[in-house]
Order: sequence, then C-alpha cells, then structure tokens
Amino acid sequence: MGLFSTTVSAIRKGLARTREAVGSGFRSLLMGRALDDELISEIEQRLIAADVGVAATTSIIKNLRQAYKDKEIVRGEDTLEFLKQQLIGRWEETDRSLAVAQTKPTVILVAGINGSGKTTSVAKITKSLKEQGRTVLLAAADTYRAAATEQLEIWSNRLDVQIVKGEAGSDPAAVVFDACDAAIARHVDALVIDTAGRLHTQDNLMRQLTKIRDVVAKKIPGAPHEVLLVLDATAGQNAITQAKVFAKAINVTGIFLAKLDGTAKGGIVVAIQDVLGIPVKLIGVGETLDDVEAFDPTSFMQAMFEA
Amino acid sequence: MFESLSEKVQSTFRNISGRGRIDEDGVRSAMDDVRTALLEADVHQDVVKQFCDEVVIEAIGQEVTKSLKPGEEMIGLVHQKLIDLMSPPQGTSTDPIMLVEPAPTIVMLCGLQGSGKTTTCGKLAAYLKQRGRSVMLAAADLQRPAAVEQLKIVAEQVDTEGKGNVKVHFYAEPDKCSEYGKATGVAVGVCLRALGEARKAKVDVLILDTAGRLHIDNDLMKELEGINRALNPHQIYLIVDAMVGQDAVNSAKAFHQRLAVDGIILTKFDSDTRGGAALSVKSVTGAPIKFIGVGERFDALEEFHPQRMAGRILGMGDVVSLVEKAQAEVSEEDAEKLAEKMASGKLTMDDFVKQLKSIRRMGPMKQLLGMLPGVGSMLKNVQVDEKQLDQLEGMVNSMTKKERDDIKLLNKSRIKRIAKGSGTTPTDVNKLTKQFEMMQKMTKQMAGTGFGGKMKAMKEMSKGGGNLIPGMSNMPTLGGRGSTKTLGVKSKFKQRKKRK
Repeated sequence: MGLFSTTVSAIRKGLARTREAVGSGFRSLLMGRALDDELISEIEQRLIAADVGVAATTSIIKNLRQAYKDKEIVRGEDTLEFLKQQLIGRWEETDRSLAVAQTKPTVILVAGINGSGKTTSVAKITKSLKEQGRTVLLAAADTYRAAATEQLEIWSNRLDVQIVKGEAGSDPAAVVFDACDAAIARHVDALVIDTAGRLHTQDNLMRQLTKIRDVVAKKIPGAPHEVLLVLDATAGQNAITQAKVFAKAINVTGIFLAKLDGTAKGGIVVAIQDVLGIPVKLIGVGETLDDVEAFDPTSFMQAMFEA
Repeated sequence: MFESLSEKVQSTFRNISGRGRIDEDGVRSAMDDVRTALLEADVHQDVVKQFCDEVVIEAIGQEVTKSLKPGEEMIGLVHQKLIDLMSPPQGTSTDPIMLVEPAPTIVMLCGLQGSGKTTTCGKLAAYLKQRGRSVMLAAADLQRPAAVEQLKIVAEQVDTEGKGNVKVHFYAEPDKCSEYGKATGVAVGVCLRALGEARKAKVDVLILDTAGRLHIDNDLMKELEGINRALNPHQIYLIVDAMVGQDAVNSAKAFHQRLAVDGIILTKFDSDTRGGAALSVKSVTGAPIKFIGVGERFDALEEFHPQRMAGRILGMGDVVSLVEKAQAEVSEEDAEKLAEKMASGKLTMDDFVKQLKSIRRMGPMKQLLGMLPGVGSMLKNVQVDEKQLDQLEGMVNSMTKKERDDIKLLNKSRIKRIAKGSGTTPTDVNKLTKQFEMMQKMTKQMAGTGFGGKMKAMKEMSKGGGNLIPGMSNMPTLGGRGSTKTLGVKSKFKQRKKRK
C-alpha cells in the first residue's frame, strides 16, 4: 500500500475539483447532435485545444471516422462514450501510488523546469505525508535561485517539519548529502528533496541533477524510491520533451502534474501516456495545500468529457 | 528554440522546391504540413487556421503557382506573413519601454504563476540600469512564500553587479505577507506607498512585481485592477512562458480584457520550445511582444524584433542580432587594433583568449552559432562543450607572459608545466599550439592579401585549422574536418606495402 491510495470517496471528493479543472465542454458540444463530418472536425479542434496533441488527436479522429463510416456511431451521445473509451483504453491497470521504502527513510526527489511548481508540490506532498502520520524531513537543494531556500523554509515552519539547507550558491549535492545523513540519524519516515528549476536544454544543470541522484543512491541503498517530475499542465507539447530529457538524466518514476486548475484542459496526460508511458501519479488542482489528488485515468477522463 | 518548427517548415518547402511547377493542390498540401507543424508547436488553432488560409489565398493570388521557383516564393510569402503576425500594429511605438516625464514611469508586471515575473523584474532593472535609468523594484507579491525576499536579493544583485552607475532601489513591506488568499487586495496599498517612495528617491522607473495568479481567479484579478486604478501604470506587461500550450491564448485574453496590456514579455526562450506562444499571444491580444528572456543571467533579455524572429523560425538565422551582440562586447578601437595585429601576423595568445572571452560573454556558443543562417538545424544534435573552452583558457592562463607572446618558446618541459598547471595533458597543449599557429598563418593571409590569398587561406582552414573552436569536433561539415586527414609515417608505409 502506498500513499494517496485512491479510495472511492477520495475520488468522488476530488472529482468535483478535477471536473471544474479539466472539463472541456465535450458534453454540450455533442448532446442532441447527429454525428457528421462537420461535428467530427469540431471534435478534432476541441481535442487539439485540450492539449491532447496532434498525433493522438489524429489517431482518435481516424478511428472515429471509421466508426462513423461503419455506422457504429450515429448520435453525439454515443460519440462521447466512444471518445472516452478511446482515451481511457490507453492506460493499463497499474499502481500509481507513491513508492514507500521497506526500511526508512523513503526518499522522494522532486525536479522540474523553472516555475513548474516544484516547491508548492513538495509542500503538498509533505502535508499529505504528515496527515498519514509520517515524519518528514525536507531538503532545500535549490541553492541557486534567490530566496528559494527561504520559500521552502516558510513551508517547513507552516507544516512543522524539519528542514536541511545550505548556503546560497553552495553545491546542491552537498546539501542532499547532509540531508541523507540527517534523515538516517533522525529516523524520519520520508525525505523530500526540492531541487532548483532547470531548463532541460541546460546540459550542465541536467548533469548536476544526475549527480544529486547519484549522491542519494550512494547514501541510502535503493533510494531515491520516487523521482517525481513536476510538469506545468499549462505547458503545451513541450512538456513531452521536458519529460524525455529529465527521464534520461534521473530516471523519472512518476509525474506530478501541477496547475491543472488553470483552464488548461489536461489533455497533456494523453500525450504523456502515449509518448512516454511514465505514470502520472499526482495532480495539483489549486493553490492551497489540500489541492492535490491521485491521478486516476478513468475518473480523469470522465471529468474531462462530462463537464 | 524554434528548432523543430523551422526544420519541419524547411523540409516541407524543400520538397516543393524540387519540383518545377506547383499547382493549387500542391500549395494546399504543403500548407497542410505547415499547419501540422504549427499545431505541434502549440500555436493556437484559430491562429493557425487563419494564417494558413491567408497564405494559401495569397499564394494562389500572387501566382506562386506560375513561378518556376515555387519553393522560394512560398518561403518568402510565409516569412512575410510571420512578420505580419508578430509585428505591432501600425503607428504604435516600437520603443521597448516608453519613458514618461515627469518620472517615475510606472511599469507593472503580471502573469500566471511560474511564468518568470520576479526574474524578469531583475532583467528589466539591469536593462534600464545599463541605459542610465535608475529603478525601484516594488514587491507586490504578498502571496508566495519568500517572494519578497527573492525580489530583494534580485534587486541587490542587479544593483551591485549590473552595468551602469545608477542605483537600483527596493521597496517592500514584508510584514504584509500572508498565506495564499488571505492578503488579497493589500498589494494595492503597498504599490501606492512604493510610488511615494519612488517619487522621493527620484527614480526614473518603478517596476511592480505582482503575485502570480490564474486568469480565472476573480479576487486576485480584481486586485490587479485595483492596482491599475490606483496607480495608473504607464506600461503593463504580461509575462508569458514561451513553453505554454493551447491555453496561452485564453489567459492572455483574460489579462488583456481586464488590464489592457501594453506589451508581452516571453520568458524561457532559451528552452527548445517551438515557441508557438510567440505567434498566438500577439495575434489574440494585439499587444506587441517587447522582450524575450533567453537565459538565467540578468543580462539575458533581448528586445524582440518580428523580422529577426521570423528569420529564426524559418531557419534563416539572425545575423543582425549576432552583430549587435558583438558590438556590445567589442569596441571599435579594439577591433581595429586586432585587425592590425592580424595583418602583421603578430596575433598573440593573449589576443586569442581575449577574443574568445568576449565571444563567450555574448552567450552560450550554441545559441550564437544558431543565429547563423543555415547553422541552426545543423546544430540540432551537436553538444557544444563549454568546458573545453574553460580548459583552453586554463592552458593560456598557465603560460608565462613571454610564452603567450611567442608560443615558439614552448619546449617539452614548458609544455609539461602548462599541462600540469591547467589540469590538462601535454597532448592538449600541443594541439592548442598547433591550431594557434595555423590560425596565425591564416589570419595573416586573410588580412594581408587579395582574393587569391583569401581563397588559399580558406583552403588552409579546411585542412586543419577548421577546428579552432574546441568542443565542436563532432560538428557536421563545418570546416570539413577529417576529409584530408594526414596519415602518420607508419600507416603510410603500411599502405605502400599493401599496394605492392
């Protein structure tokens, strides 16, 4: 059993928020209309607008055209169901909960590009860990950006968890080294590492991230147990490129899709699944620390199409 | 940046330039490919549709179909259309920041969370400072933890490290900070008091760093409107992440409707984004793109030029920007001195490193080379190892003054010492001296002789001196490295033996 186990009630509670977030108006588009070429091209546009991506959209529309030709689908209502199935079918049954180490501490490494929402995501994860009765230690491994450490420190005070930090401009790997020692010495359940934002095009910074990961692996066997890449849901198809490069540098185990409460339609999860196959584990749906949910493809797609 | 988009567009047009003539269907199908490329680049679909439709109509109208070089004609047309798409409306000011009298000019930055407002504040301050304008940065982000602290550090850094001799001030009321949603509206008062301070300090420009907010968050948007009413900023800039997706248009529209945005600053342009946002945001708001952020350093802010950007999108390069960058780093006097030295063949190691340093100050090597026409797409898979350049500087720094002036002095033991001093190997040092000698010879010929000499020098260059920029050894076909490899004595002997 991992964290964020997707209980039915949690989904239901969360779904309202997700629906608000990712609803893209498909239902109102399709209800009461008969499927025809014009509607198909409107659906195509709607899928593109939801950031589903050109490749996935093309394949879905091709299947839809075929089904229309074969007279399998006639009404708009059926189309809705068809689209949902086309999308949901892309995900296999899999465990999307955060990993937990057999012997503590569980190490969660969080990375992403500048401004994707790493620090807020770290705070959200920490809060839910705490609510499950786990002790958490934070590592402020963003020693580059001005006041990044202070930002995480404020969260650590609000959440009442311990934090390990370094001097501004110091080697982040050294901070992580100390944090690992501290996590072991203080017997905490989880160590959550917040790293500096970096563009995936900066090779030297990506190597730095690999080094951080290596330090963790050396200090704590089997760690990091979870490597979360924070992606900004409002980012377009570039998110895919980002994920590819980060995956190569630090072997990403899961994605935290942040800022889904924009009006971004969240279709990027489809492209992530199609191209990368890295599981989206958590979604951020708001500014407050409780606005985090486990990702579940079925309910997510329901939300996307029913609103 | 834009690499994948320009590659796709180019290959599309390469396909049609191969043909003699093109009919209407040909134009349409070529534009279909362009359409896909633009959509994949996250350009908003309405913008894409309009753009492609217009190109098709004009292409047929201008009788591209009758031309013998349809590919070139099409590129020209698309180029012009891209410029139109990104250009500010006729009659609007092209000045990046319009300064007003009496000072201070009030500039407000707004945008979504994580778009890069605070960093851009620092960049704008550095930009203005370099131009002799004093600035005050005011922290109006009371929501995000430590945002005030961040801006303070940024202001101090620009003040001490930025070029120019004017001061960068900072204003904040840290005690007003609160948790998310609890301090909404307080920022209006903070901004008003900041304006008072800015007047007292007689700064030229006051920049307000507002909190990141979603365009659908009514309370926070109202706060921005409040600041707008209270201070009536002269310029309101919307900060947009260049990697943003289809939703870019909606958020830009919402901000624009509420605040009548004066300009857009695109950030994180140094990523590999296909930059669709650049095309769509301008087109839906009508507000011109003023600046682009191209790196983490404070000086990594460029003025936006539609013409040059269109060239970059189509892989035509951007030589104008490159020359401007060079002019900012190298004075005319220095350049003349250097030319003299080159002509007389007296180029020293010191000159070489000085040159290298000023080139590197202009930005990462790969970014610079990408501005050369046709080089961009070639560079796609090339890693420019900046470390090797560091190493090179290290080697020169390990030489004595005499050695730098005359590298012929270098014997085995000196080379050994230099290698030791710079953490390299004697082979590395030898390589450097060989390349340097080659360059000396080459520059002398280039500078001193007429056309024939220049050709000869070019040939020399392709023989072995073409790899003067280290770390780019895997560069495809720039300088023809490896094509005329000289064989060692032993292998020549072997070859001869074989022939017999």
